[in-house]
Amino acid sequence: MTIDWSWISDHAGDLASLTLNHLQAALTAVFFGLLLSLPLAVLAHRVRPLRGVLLGVSNVLFTIPSIAVFVLLLPISGLTRTTTVIGLTIYTIVVLLRNTVEGLDSVPTRAREAAVAMGTRPLRTLLTVELPLALPVIMAGVRIATVMSISLVSVATYIGDGGLGQLFTDGFQRNFPTPVVAGIVLTLLLALVADALLVTVQYVLTPWTRKQRHSAGGRA
Amino acid sequence: MFELLKNLGSWLVAGEQWTGSDGIGHRLAEHLQYSLLATVIAAAIALPVGLLIGHTGRGAFVAINLASFGRALPTVGLVVLVFLASGLSMTPVYVALVALAVPSIVTNTYAGMSAVDPEVKDAARGQGMRGHQVLLRVEVPLAMPLIMTGLRLALIQVVATATIAAYVSFGGLGRYVFDGLAQRDLVQVLGGAVLVAVVAVALDLALSGLQRVLFRHRAA
Repeated sequence: MTIDWSWISDHAGDLASLTLNHLQAALTAVFFGLLLSLPLAVLAHRVRPLRGVLLGVSNVLFTIPSIAVFVLLLPISGLTRTTTVIGLTIYTIVVLLRNTVEGLDSVPTRAREAAVAMGTRPLRTLLTVELPLALPVIMAGVRIATVMSISLVSVATYIGDGGLGQLFTDGFQRNFPTPVVAGIVLTLLLALVADALLVTVQYVLTPWTRKQRHSAGGRA
Repeated sequence: MFELLKNLGSWLVAGEQWTGSDGIGHRLAEHLQYSLLATVIAAAIALPVGLLIGHTGRGAFVAINLASFGRALPTVGLVVLVFLASGLSMTPVYVALVALAVPSIVTNTYAGMSAVDPEVKDAARGQGMRGHQVLLRVEVPLAMPLIMTGLRLALIQVVATATIAAYVSFGGLGRYVFDGLAQRDLVQVLGGAVLVAVVAVALDLALSGLQRVLFRHRAA
């Protein structure tokens, strides 16, 4: 299998716009995923009976093939970017919900009790004590969700979207490997850069964790 | 929506749907074969690697980064690429599924091994155990819950993703999803997706049941 380098240089502009298009789909999904999973996670954390239900439902969603999710959304949102984003958002919620609940669980009881004892109201405790302390675990979830979204966008190529995934369909139909290799490499690069940026964001947001070094690995 | 569910119900229970070479029974068997074989191959590769990294403490960097690499790798692209390289065979599907499953198993095995209390390992050595005895009698049993979590996670991902076998003209439950997509037959797509989800959830429950029976004395 040989790579046709001239094809790559001829299509540099297309590759750049597909990459941007790809990134936009993935990031929008993570944004909406966070927006939806944060309140759900707080609910699952505070109301014990809901916890099993919410986590169970999200685990079942994870088992549905992404291609099926996209296709099933077609009657609702059609062959559009919206379908791609909704489909991806569902998967990001699975990861973000689990990690956010885990993060809230990891907040030391003493920290919460101290806040309560000082007369801090529940919402304020959540925003100024619990969420910041849970941030490292939440951010691990955000990193996983982002990388996973970036890899999953290409599945939407079956419904006519899919950013860099279009390169896979193109290569498959023409029996031409170069676009496929380009698509895989660009997807991996995009994920790598996004992940590195998120590590930086986390470093800036959590100054108190810098003294004790621990592995930067995410939780699956 | 109600109409769709009613049609789905009759699609799933129709007798002729379950027999023959394109019946649900046969597709289900194919899907299970792909998923289980891929997971077994992945485990055969990933378990020794994870155990080695965890036991020696060397190569932790590899284990941690393998996880994000695995999540970032676009499965569709991988299938198409191996397909173009190797021609029409099941190889691309197995390569993609194994590549998907290996990182979850390696990282969870490593996480389980590195969570074993060093004092426990020292105690085992103090009692005269050799390296492999410490590994097999102390580390592996203690790491078992996390190793099993890795295997379950890998299996769920593989079952959901085995759908793509149908994209390169093989069987499995993905047939219904892709045929339904081509024929604009939403009931068939939904049927395929529901069956995949049911298989994934059932296998996950079976593995967690097995785990409970095998390791009853160590409630995790």
